[in-house]
Amino acid sequence: MSEALLALDNVRAVLHTRHQSQALLNGVSFSIAKGEALGLVGESGSGKSLTTRAITRMLDPAFEVSGSITFDGAPVLSMTPSELRSYRSMDIGMIFQDPRAHVNPVHTVGDFLTEELVRNRGLTRDEVEHRAVALLDEVGVRYPERRLTQYPHELSGGMLQRVMIASVLLAEPRLILADEPTTALDVTAQSDVMAILDEQRRARGLSLLFITHDLELAAACCDRLAVMYAGEIVEQGAHVYESPGHPYTIELLGARPSIDERLDRLPVLRYNRDIHEQLKAEA
Amino acid sequence: MNTEALVVARNLRKEFPAPKGMKSEPIVAVDDVSFELFPNECLAIVGESGSGKTTVARMLVGLETVTGGELSVRGEARNKGARSLADRRRWAREVQYVFQDPYSSLNPRQSIGDTVRASLALHAPGNPGQRELKLKAQEILDSVGLAAPFFGKHPHQLSGGQRQRVAIARALAADPAVIVLDEAVAALDVSIQAQILNLLSDIRAQREVSYLFISHDLAVVNQVSERMIVMEQGRVVDAGNTAELLANPVHPYTRSLRAAVPRQGWKPVRRERLAS
Repeated sequence: MSEALLALDNVRAVLHTRHQSQALLNGVSFSIAKGEALGLVGESGSGKSLTTRAITRMLDPAFEVSGSITFDGAPVLSMTPSELRSYRSMDIGMIFQDPRAHVNPVHTVGDFLTEELVRNRGLTRDEVEHRAVALLDEVGVRYPERRLTQYPHELSGGMLQRVMIASVLLAEPRLILADEPTTALDVTAQSDVMAILDEQRRARGLSLLFITHDLELAAACCDRLAVMYAGEIVEQGAHVYESPGHPYTIELLGARPSIDERLDRLPVLRYNRDIHEQLKAEA
Repeated sequence: MNTEALVVARNLRKEFPAPKGMKSEPIVAVDDVSFELFPNECLAIVGESGSGKTTVARMLVGLETVTGGELSVRGEARNKGARSLADRRRWAREVQYVFQDPYSSLNPRQSIGDTVRASLALHAPGNPGQRELKLKAQEILDSVGLAAPFFGKHPHQLSGGQRQRVAIARALAADPAVIVLDEAVAALDVSIQAQILNLLSDIRAQREVSYLFISHDLAVVNQVSERMIVMEQGRVVDAGNTAELLANPVHPYTRSLRAAVPRQGWKPVRRERLAS
């Protein structure tokens, strides 16, 4: 295997409240090689988003994080504030589920795209705008110059998500964290946005951590999959979708309605915490 | 079909006025839409966001006014708003609505028992007493899989799937002929989605009710509906038997929707540039 860009080893996040301590990430280990796309799949509450927050060290201070997270050999958990700042802004690009919640509605798209690079990397606004226009064009936004003067509410969800992708690419990160980037979009816009993300990522040799609840989508866009349940990775590999081995993955795949055949009843997941604990005890 | 249609839409049209200060034409959200919904069937309206599918449903329940065309339920025209409160209530009894987002469609200050009881008190025939209402509410909650301990709980104590069950129970309390399900399973996890889809089919096995099922997810549509209409930019571009349309899509728009559904061996494809 080629060199790992991001590696998580036995990462635990324990939430301490006044009454109890609860491990919400329970020994998560995976790695992403340079240029590789990993799909992290799981249902709500399985800890997918917590994992991305642990990677960017944005977890609430009430969490106690242990284990090791390394980015290109550097230990993330012991970075100093200035190292952390440069790690977050230079190395990692993030795309979220709801692009509208992520942009400031009173600033134009041009402000949003240029602010960070003008402020922190000493580029002029003209230079950045020039690059932004080229990138918007690449991610399939028509009339890119005009977009720069528009406000977020003037753009559709699919369009705004493309602007987000452009903003991430502008900063030239090495790893993209995409947390359910297409969940708020309909199927055609989803196909579109994923195709663009995939194409741009490959062209630049970027790594991708793609977080989703949709196994089929993840299988189509990623080199490897990791399936999460209850803060643990139950199964990972390149062929999880084609030949799932873990009972949870198998049931999850079966519960999704199919476009080719109609079932009398959809199989309902029987997998639960008890079965999960029992399986772990047996293993 | 020889039975009479419950809901008939003929050349339905909805215009929204152009944004203030703009000298542009009004926006046509729904344009010349016709369909029929028969008793005891599930009709799906399929389309991308912005295709006007939700606007059609909102006109049906009176949340939007109708600009042109005909819209009737059981032969009674609904183009003009309800004239009296009694009419309004009777209309609501016939068509109930389940919204996409169970986090914003329930009153956070009302317990779920009270939510269902309020709907029952409005719509139940006769003049049932408090005790009777409570029993009936419990029965309905039970039928959607929420046992007695849930009665006093508030929405914030429930998961998304449980909330959607409450929304369905509230709709059932009116004993409607039609339930509009507007992306009702889109916000749910795969495992919960399967449970709710099964619940919807159980409800239809137990009582006579029609669904107007609005969705962009063709796999889900295939699972629940018998017929579907496909909308693009306010117009119906394709219609027919769900299984046949999906097995053999002819219209290019239906084909592109079908092609965008992730499945084994699928790869995302990029369309042309977006102008809006």
